Amino acid sequence: MIALIDYGAGNVASVANALTELNQEFIITSNETEICRAQKIIFPGVGEASYAIRQLHLLNLFTVLRIVKKPMLGICLGMQLMADFSKEGNVTCLGIFSVTAEKFDETKTKVPHMGWNDIEIVKESKLFNGIKNGERFYFANSYYLPVCPFTTSISNNEINFSSSLEKDNFFGVQFHPEKSGDAGLKILKNFINL
Amino acid sequence: MLCKRIIPCLDIKDGRVVKGTNFVNLVDAGSPVELASRYSKEGADELVFLDITASTEKRKTLISLVSEVAKAIRIPFTVGGGISEINDIEALLKAGADKVSLNSSIVKNPKLISEAAKRFGSQAVVAAIDIKNNRKEYKVYIKGGREETELVGLDWCKKAAELGAGEILLTSMDKDGTKDGYDNDFLRLVTSSVSIPVIASGGAGKKEDFLDAFKLANVDACLAASLFHFNILPIAELKNYLSNNGITVRI
Repeated sequence: MIALIDYGAGNVASVANALTELNQEFIITSNETEICRAQKIIFPGVGEASYAIRQLHLLNLFTVLRIVKKPMLGICLGMQLMADFSKEGNVTCLGIFSVTAEKFDETKTKVPHMGWNDIEIVKESKLFNGIKNGERFYFANSYYLPVCPFTTSISNNEINFSSSLEKDNFFGVQFHPEKSGDAGLKILKNFINL
Repeated sequence: MLCKRIIPCLDIKDGRVVKGTNFVNLVDAGSPVELASRYSKEGADELVFLDITASTEKRKTLISLVSEVAKAIRIPFTVGGGISEINDIEALLKAGADKVSLNSSIVKNPKLISEAAKRFGSQAVVAAIDIKNNRKEYKVYIKGGREETELVGLDWCKKAAELGAGEILLTSMDKDGTKDGYDNDFLRLVTSSVSIPVIASGGAGKKEDFLDAFKLANVDACLAASLFHFNILPIAELKNYLSNNGITVRI
């Protein structure tokens, strides 16, 4: 059973649809007990970082998400919220990946970074089983996590940024696997099979 | 490197896909869910659904349509047509849409852009702008092209970007349905004036028109409808052509 976290800041329906297509059992929840009972956690997210963090505090989920020991996959904003800090609303985040979410430079590139971009796998990860280097995924982000020691793949939008990160049981992808066709489904399947 | 996008547009009326010329003369072009699945398989990068139904039942039908489409496809899609309330936006995004496109409602109430962007993120807010070259000036039209406004095209594009729109979907009413190419002159003005992505719409008739819009007007995406609905130009063929001509596309 996967806990798909609904905290009022995520496109939960799309992830739910993808999990259904993969015949994966899941529960959509914001309940701490249910999250603790699940074998894995998917932490989606779209929207604004400080609003999303406030929602996590209101629902009393901030601490549990920091200390879980089971596999957890942050998607898009969910991944950025796993950083130390976000410059979007200047907010302290979960502190899993010691890095700060920065904004793309509007004078150098289009913001938001929107559409299909390729990833360069720089570190082996079980999430990328069967995924070819240079595969394309769908992104929609104005902020990014810089390349850091936890980065497992890199994409470029005027500068290089982390398209995925990994640390112990924590995984994060900047792109939307639930919106990235067959390659995206493969990533979700790899997470399910961890 | 970020790919240039090809976006089939599906005009929806009473739950069916329709296509007209210059916003009139509608003909039936098929089922939204079937067409969406077909385009997704054929390599469309995303889809846009514009609901032109006028009935009061519209909102409910649209939400169930969005939910059906979201179950059927694994690529992003935008929904538009008569959306004027934050609550409507929330319901559509919850049903599985990735973005909403706002047109007449943001002309009447520009603050809707900033409210929606703040609540759901800029990436979910597309400013759809219909323009027509009127006495040597590009004016903004609303209500599906039926009503001229006081707004000047380029000014309104800049304003929409400033207010927090994540993309501009720019439709040239003069070009729509003509198959005569996109309005590259005006599109280039817009892409050089705003820093958000711009989608070209109205006028695509052949492969070269797409290449021109990417090369001459530097747009981020091209939208077309009838060319794809009636299989005049298969998406794969178009993308191969673009790729062979130096445009980065997802194949």
